[in-house]
Amino acid sequence: MEHNEEVCGNMKPGHDSTYFWRKAKNSAMLIFSFVCVLLAVTPLILIFVYTLRQGIGSLNLDFFLQMPKPVGESGGGMDNAIVGTGILIGLGALFGLPVGILAGIYLAEFGHTAFGSLVRFFTDVLSGVPSIVVGVVAYVLVVLPMKHFSALAGGVALAILMIPTVTRTTEEMMKLVPQSFREAGLALGIPRWKTTMRIVFPTALTGITTGILLAIARAAGETAPLLFTALGNRFWSTSIFNPMASLTVFIFDYAKAPFEDWNRQAWAASFVLILLIFLLSLIFRLATRRQYEQH
Amino acid sequence: MERRTRRGDRSWPVPFRSSNGRRPRVRKVHNAGDFIFRNITRIFAILVFSLVFVMAYEMYMGSGLTLQKFGWSFLWTETWDPVQGTFGALPFIYGTVVSSLIALIISLPLSLGVAIFLSELAPRWLEQPLSFLVELLAAIPSIVYGLWGIFVMVPWLRVSVQPLLKKYFGTLPLFQGPAYGFSMLAAGVILAIMILPIITSISRDVLKAIPTLQREAALGLGATRWETTKLILMGARSGILGATLLGFGRAIGETMAVTMVIGNRPEIAASLFSPATSMASVIANEFAEATTDLYTDALIEVALILFGVTIILNILARLIVWSTTRRFAAT
Repeated sequence: MEHNEEVCGNMKPGHDSTYFWRKAKNSAMLIFSFVCVLLAVTPLILIFVYTLRQGIGSLNLDFFLQMPKPVGESGGGMDNAIVGTGILIGLGALFGLPVGILAGIYLAEFGHTAFGSLVRFFTDVLSGVPSIVVGVVAYVLVVLPMKHFSALAGGVALAILMIPTVTRTTEEMMKLVPQSFREAGLALGIPRWKTTMRIVFPTALTGITTGILLAIARAAGETAPLLFTALGNRFWSTSIFNPMASLTVFIFDYAKAPFEDWNRQAWAASFVLILLIFLLSLIFRLATRRQYEQH
Repeated sequence: MERRTRRGDRSWPVPFRSSNGRRPRVRKVHNAGDFIFRNITRIFAILVFSLVFVMAYEMYMGSGLTLQKFGWSFLWTETWDPVQGTFGALPFIYGTVVSSLIALIISLPLSLGVAIFLSELAPRWLEQPLSFLVELLAAIPSIVYGLWGIFVMVPWLRVSVQPLLKKYFGTLPLFQGPAYGFSMLAAGVILAIMILPIITSISRDVLKAIPTLQREAALGLGATRWETTKLILMGARSGILGATLLGFGRAIGETMAVTMVIGNRPEIAASLFSPATSMASVIANEFAEATTDLYTDALIEVALILFGVTIILNILARLIVWSTTRRFAAT
């Protein structure tokens, strides 16, 4: 209320100086907000440009095709880590996607109940759990019973991290499918499950797929949950019951190491990761935007 | 991101209502496929729902030894001595709280400025790409922030920022001691960059949820752009509080970047220039090398504390954000 009085009072003639101050304050705050935007975007650009510069310079064919060299020797690459990251996110997707997608379908098609809201709520809460905690849980669940570190445990950790994103994306994308599609299916006498799986789900599939790709890209960038589940490995291994190398854990180890060549390789690996994630984010953005426009 | 227009969509399953308003007597069609499908998806929904509880239970059971041996005193014991078998989490809790607070102090005004710009001031053509840039900031893996932190930010802090702070605020105990670079301050700054996107995007959503009518009313009374924005901010304050809590929760759980720049020394020091450690980073650093069962259990208990705090923060924040966006969605 007092705002209104203030505003009206100042509008009267003879209060020009107040009006001037209000305008000045207005401009100042507008400029402040723009400066905030600049400050916020600066680190992004700095990080991106720096990683780009360091990464391109250090990237070579060896990085993709060679094994890590023993400590102290320069050269070599991370082919085992690239394959390892692939296997780890593959395992994560194998465990996480079915759970996430089916739970998402439930939320979209049957989730208008109180229980649906509860699940939605806890899915959001789950997405706020720190990834290191998820790693500890995977350790207790998988590593302790098996008595040794394994890629399997890393896969479980990544699956738990993927589930909230996949669930919510599936739900959102299926809700974007117009109601008339469902009604048309039901009117033709098609059972509801078939309507959902053969009409609604395929229509939403583009959005769901890109959402899943984004979740996978995020998982590929996770380090903390892998430190004591998949552990890392300097040798070639594709067995899911053994410790497995991953790009992110390599970056962590190589960043701390006092060897220039290892630091260089850490930058190369970061560059590959960032490129992967940015590309998938862009694809996701474009794909979902088309969905909005369609309906 | 919530899409409010779709939120109120309650028409599926299609409700049957006859003209007299009562449910008509319809022969229920029992389709075995529907029954199976519904229940299979429900099982998975229950699975997702129960994950949080399974995690809590597993960590509670996993930290049995220390829970038994130290009880609540684990929370305020300052000694962390794996050799002697004495464990207290206070230095880690302190490091986590202080670094997250620094992050919040730096990040909150910035994020609010960006959110205001995006929701109130920016033209449409600028808003979309800017939002995307801010989202990209959230997509950069924590480890890359850490790497950048080690090689670019920490040297910059050591050479430029810390001497400056020392020169002008050196009398405060906060800015004393030698400038190593790797410090509580470094952790706070990198966290500030990392939580900016989440606070920004949620604040922006909350601001956007406020009806345009309110802006038009204020502008119509002759208020300036900023005065209007101030009113809008007042209306959105609980939502912004929620966004802040979510950002805080994110900062508390952030692991890799913090581990790489905080210096990892389990001591409580007044100066922000001295190395510290946090709950997440002690787990990251020591878990794989924990030799005794008691040591492992102590680290699992640290994870349990971290889990409890982030869950509570998240529940609070989500409730606040939900209630505000819903209130405005109804009008």
